[in-house]
Amino acid sequence: MGDGVLTIATGEPAFPPYVIDDAPESGQGFEAAVALAVARELGFEGDAVAWIRTPFDTVIGPGLKDFDFNLQQYTITDERKEVVDFSEGYYTAAQAIFGLADSQAASAASIADLKPLNIGVAAGTTSVQYVEDVIQPEGEIFVFDDNAAAKAALEAKQIDAIVSDLPTALYITAVEIEGTTVFGQIEGSGTDEFGLLLAKDNPLTECVNLALAAIRDSGELEAITVEWMSEYTEAPIIAAS
Amino acid sequence: MTETSEGAGSSLPAPSRPTPDAGSSLPASSRPVAGRRAAYVRTQRRRSLAIAATSTAVVVAALVVVVPRMPGWDKVREQFFDAETLREALPELIGPFWLNIRLFLICTPCILLVGLLIAMARNARTPALYPLRLFATLYTDVVRGVPVILWISLIGFGVPGLFQERAWYTKLIVWAAVALVMCYSAYVAEVFRAGIESVHESQRAAARSLGLSAAQTMRSVVLPQAVRRMVPALMNDLVSLQKDVALVSVVGIVEVLRKANNIKAEIFNSTPVVAAALLFLCVSIPLTRITDHLLARQRRRTSATAVA
Repeated sequence: MGDGVLTIATGEPAFPPYVIDDAPESGQGFEAAVALAVARELGFEGDAVAWIRTPFDTVIGPGLKDFDFNLQQYTITDERKEVVDFSEGYYTAAQAIFGLADSQAASAASIADLKPLNIGVAAGTTSVQYVEDVIQPEGEIFVFDDNAAAKAALEAKQIDAIVSDLPTALYITAVEIEGTTVFGQIEGSGTDEFGLLLAKDNPLTECVNLALAAIRDSGELEAITVEWMSEYTEAPIIAAS
Repeated sequence: MTETSEGAGSSLPAPSRPTPDAGSSLPASSRPVAGRRAAYVRTQRRRSLAIAATSTAVVVAALVVVVPRMPGWDKVREQFFDAETLREALPELIGPFWLNIRLFLICTPCILLVGLLIAMARNARTPALYPLRLFATLYTDVVRGVPVILWISLIGFGVPGLFQERAWYTKLIVWAAVALVMCYSAYVAEVFRAGIESVHESQRAAARSLGLSAAQTMRSVVLPQAVRRMVPALMNDLVSLQKDVALVSVVGIVEVLRKANNIKAEIFNSTPVVAAALLFLCVSIPLTRITDHLLARQRRRTSATAVA
């Protein structure tokens, strides 16, 4: 935002595989690497790149933004585009379902098997709409502020499973909530495209898109995706119908 | 105070002096003084009315004229007060709001009952009941000392976790409601206690000397008087409860505020949250108005017989 400095924002805390060790400056982690590649393409490197942290939904408010672009798995939607600018997508994430290994959701083969379940989702994510609109469970939908609350509900046997994007699901099951596994990714749900978020009508959006196109054409984006996300895309398929 | 002396009268603002009497040499009688006083009161009233109207007009004008001219107003209006978003969001919020209302309606009687029991326990005077008194004191101290949101999280997740099964009595919402009842009954118990203690000891003494038992005294003499004094404070707690019901969302329940936040995150527009605020106001404003009305009516009734 200052002279000659590109200010990039991400979540607080940022977590793997998007940012490793909550240190985006290092470029370790998928989103950290994408951000630095875009910055380099725009001509900013080293000290010319500054990182700040914003909660997920502070970007919603009107007024000036204190970052040039913000990335923390923001899904691009038309409604959101009326309020903020998005770059082209840099990653497409499928929705996945996970829970404790002994859950009755573990054997789910199609969305029909998910319907009778009580499902948890993280507040503020597009998974909330996905569960409401696509899965349409007959059981209850619970919306949690954080993984700890979701974990408590899982362990109290009040929810059968949690729906989130696949990389988040793989990360949470591997690191955050012990005893959980990913039951599967849902067929045809890979429509959530993550985009860089910018202030509405920011002239920089066009430049960012050019930079993204450049790293996509050069194969760099592909390489970054393979490097950081390949472990995070393996999961059985749950049929859409 | 009986008369306005000449000295004090001359310090009055000029227009307040009744003109027909000006320069008259009538001896000081009650009529012109009363007339002057009435005129003075009239002018004062007119003046304060004018001041109130002017200041209100200035504030309203500042809001209506200045705010829309602020550079970010268009963005703020679109973000918080978008009419179309409001129309679309309101119907979606009604269902979840009904959940808030039901929780409120179920919790309120439980809170009043538990609160009253705790207050009575704190007021227990028999030495044998000392453990009860101790428990009630500890209960209010501990429960009020921890934020409501923590209790809801602790009890809402903790108790169902003990059962490890799914039944009505292990539902998260049931235990979140229990936590609300627990917290608010501790606050309400203090209101009851203050109300009970505000009834003068002589009332109790008189009742006991008439042969009423301790329980009868409490029921027929102390409580009827105490309840009247408690009503404003109780209503204060209930209005507060009406909003705190939204805290059950910490255990994942989709009540109105959570639903509004879901829509907000979906469309990146905060109007649904304002819509939820309007729904809350639809309940809390009538609630406070009705209380004020009941209290005013009661004051009229009792004050008519109170002072002889």
